[in-house]
Amino acid sequence: MQITLTLNGKLVTWEIEKGEFLADTLRSHGLLSVKKACETSCCGLCTVWLEDKSVLSCTILSVRVHGKRVTTIEGVKREAEEFAQVLTAEGSEQCGFCSPGFIMNVLAMKNELINPSEEDIINYLTGNLCRCTGYMGQLRAVKTYLGVAQV
Amino acid sequence: MKSVGHSIRKVDGIMIATGKPVYTEDLAMSRALVIKIMRSPHAFAKITSIDISRAEKVEGVECILTYKDVPKVRFTLAGQSYPEPSPYDRLILDEIVRYVGDEVAIIAAVDEKTALQAMKKIRVEYEVLEPVLDFEQALGHTTVVHPEENLSCNFDIGLKKENNIASSFKEEVGDVEEEFKRCSVVVEDIYYPQAQAHAMMETYRAFTYLDHTGRLVVVTSTQVPFHIRRQLARALQLPASKVRVVKPRIGGGFGGKQTGSVEMFAGIVTLKTGKPALVIYDRKETFSCTTSRHAMRLKVRVGADREGVIRAIDIQVLSDTGAYGEHAATVLSCVGHYTLPLYNKTRAVRFTGKAVYTNKMPGGAFRGYGATQGTFALESTVNKLAEQLKMDPTEVRLKNISKVGETFLTGQGVLLGSSSLDRCIEKGKEMIGWKDKFPCRKIGNNKVRAVGMAITMQGSGIANIGTASVELRLNDDGYFTLLTGATDMGHGCDTILTQMAAEILEIPMDNIVLVAGDTDTSPYDPGSYASSTTYVAGTAVVKAATELKKKILEQGAKFLGVPPQDVEMDGLKVHTFHGEEISLAKIAELGVLGIGKLQLVSYATHGSEISPPPYVAGFAEVEVDQETGKVELIDYVAVVDCGTVINPNLARIQAEGGIAQGIGMALYEEVNYNDLGKMATNSFMQYKIPCRKDVGKIRIAFEESYEPSGPFGAKSIGEVVANTPPPAIVHAVYNAVGVRVTHLPITPEKVFLGMQKL
Repeated sequence: MQITLTLNGKLVTWEIEKGEFLADTLRSHGLLSVKKACETSCCGLCTVWLEDKSVLSCTILSVRVHGKRVTTIEGVKREAEEFAQVLTAEGSEQCGFCSPGFIMNVLAMKNELINPSEEDIINYLTGNLCRCTGYMGQLRAVKTYLGVAQV
Repeated sequence: MKSVGHSIRKVDGIMIATGKPVYTEDLAMSRALVIKIMRSPHAFAKITSIDISRAEKVEGVECILTYKDVPKVRFTLAGQSYPEPSPYDRLILDEIVRYVGDEVAIIAAVDEKTALQAMKKIRVEYEVLEPVLDFEQALGHTTVVHPEENLSCNFDIGLKKENNIASSFKEEVGDVEEEFKRCSVVVEDIYYPQAQAHAMMETYRAFTYLDHTGRLVVVTSTQVPFHIRRQLARALQLPASKVRVVKPRIGGGFGGKQTGSVEMFAGIVTLKTGKPALVIYDRKETFSCTTSRHAMRLKVRVGADREGVIRAIDIQVLSDTGAYGEHAATVLSCVGHYTLPLYNKTRAVRFTGKAVYTNKMPGGAFRGYGATQGTFALESTVNKLAEQLKMDPTEVRLKNISKVGETFLTGQGVLLGSSSLDRCIEKGKEMIGWKDKFPCRKIGNNKVRAVGMAITMQGSGIANIGTASVELRLNDDGYFTLLTGATDMGHGCDTILTQMAAEILEIPMDNIVLVAGDTDTSPYDPGSYASSTTYVAGTAVVKAATELKKKILEQGAKFLGVPPQDVEMDGLKVHTFHGEEISLAKIAELGVLGIGKLQLVSYATHGSEISPPPYVAGFAEVEVDQETGKVELIDYVAVVDCGTVINPNLARIQAEGGIAQGIGMALYEEVNYNDLGKMATNSFMQYKIPCRKDVGKIRIAFEESYEPSGPFGAKSIGEVVANTPPPAIVHAVYNAVGVRVTHLPITPEKVFLGMQKL
């Protein structure tokens, strides 16, 4: 079947299979920043935006994004790199495999929350797992990026 | 120093963080065959018949392989230097399946759907055998997990397959029993550190193809490219020269990727079909069909005199190596190697252990490598000792730890070259507020807050075994290529090694291109494990860079027409003391392209005769709910002695991440099986790794020492940071509510039920 969506600001029409998930559709169309790591929608690696809100693309049927707006990290290059500079200055990307999904959620949070507290930040990002860093460096980076004071 | 000692960004940081296609799956050819593995539903069984005829007829199926199609030479998947201490006890596919999930058939098809469809059409009949599921019952069990005749070892590791013993180990200095009799206080306990899953975010995967000369190219997410090459050569019965292993960026390893996994399946498919092939383990396979930390039972006895000086330590270990013996012998012996030297006022120590085969997923290498289990048991016992002695546990440590210039009983006379462990303990006490908080205080609402502590050590590389080679070359445009076999898996060794080379050559890091992880072009390196890279490969870099600098000075002096002692290197040029100068770019140009006829290259191989220990003092503060037994981690302080800190931010992240994995082991994580031996914890829904709400606050401080044998005084950091949380958190929970948890993890149920028994 065919779907038409706005991917990173451009209208595209894709042939998909019934039952195909968005993460697979995106990867098969070259959006290789989208990573998968759990199959049970609990790791956050496949986070992309659907209508500017973070979603887990591994459990969204591709047919559901027909007529909608999908954004991956490839579509927010400038903002993503701006935050990546802060993240890597802390060394807290480590293996980097969870970073694209994490960055998408951080950028979504920045758009959604005004002056969040540390608790707000942790709550918002808690679905993004990371096995390398222990989360502390990520928190420092997010606070620096948002201009929230380090405690 | 301009590069070393600075918090420099990882050289690959921005690219990987923003999702550029640099991992194994991203690099695979889009038309590669997709491999799926059919697995055993039984914990122990013999395949009596296997019929693939219907499956082969499915359109799009390219090849289906069973045990009849693979070489009959046994090998090990453990990524270790040759001769590997792990038994050669497995085949690519075997007639006997030894755990639920063991491989039965390899299916390669044009896509995943077709492969899965074909799998359903394979008919297998099994003779189901009685499995050994409880590792404490493995010795003398009527079932023998490895009855085969052609199992072999490179040297004696104490394997007795008829008794299900994969390895046994004994080390004793002095007369332990006599010494215990002289001790005023002797404490003992039995501990059960659990199997822990690595749970790296990028699951196991490999992509294979034949190159233009017909050689097998294996692109794989591994920590050990050179070991994978040797392993594949044996498993596939090819000369090593016919195999090239390439390691791209890796999405985490933690020791899991020090053991081979998927490479042989992709490799055999490509050899049989001549076609590119891709295998990606899903999360379920990653949890249940690879390796985990070895579950163990440790019986520990510690004896001290009236003043609290520890005089005797006895550790008896039983380790569950599961269905295959990957890392069985070495993880076992490391339990003793990385705990006994902590306290050197001892007069007698004994360490005995056995690793046993069972019908469960194999154990393997996991950050800490036996030290984690040993530290949990020994440090818990030392905390118990302190209580019996009515001494502050930090004082017991300060009284007993090894100091610089000293030896220890099992250390064969090697002097300790560096340690700031005493400062680490003092600093940690101050940071956690030990004086005010030890042991506990009630905070109302039936909640108690308490603190606990533990110390640990590891090694830096493997003495007399681990060697690293590097090559450094000045290119025609004046920039450098650093070739290394060291394997960056996200922890940042590409950056650390570049920093060291830049420091010696006195050039900006940007002028060095690091090439790594390709067995065709990289000089040999065992890979990233055993906390080796900074210490072993780093020293090789220092040696090669020092040599190249000398050559550049000589060449520069020659072009300037002065003797070598009259020039210095400064930034990107060589100059005389009178102001004449020549740029590196010009030296390179004249050397490579023009009149010099000499491209400047240096080469170094380094191996260390010692493995200097890094140290951590860990302090936990917990809040325990006395009504429910729930433990909340409030604060974790780890003070680290890794010698000179080469890159403070990268070291800090290593430490924070290691502590978080230790917190997971202490409080949340456990690999569990049902009564039939099927793994129950095969997804993130059942196996909980800490999320950002579960780690409290982790605070790291460094107390630098200077290790004379290390590059710029550095030791390792990668593993040592994982070890303190289980004993320190157990200690804090005990101080809070009086329940001493000996079976990890510390669940609310255990704490609650423990409180009922008090």
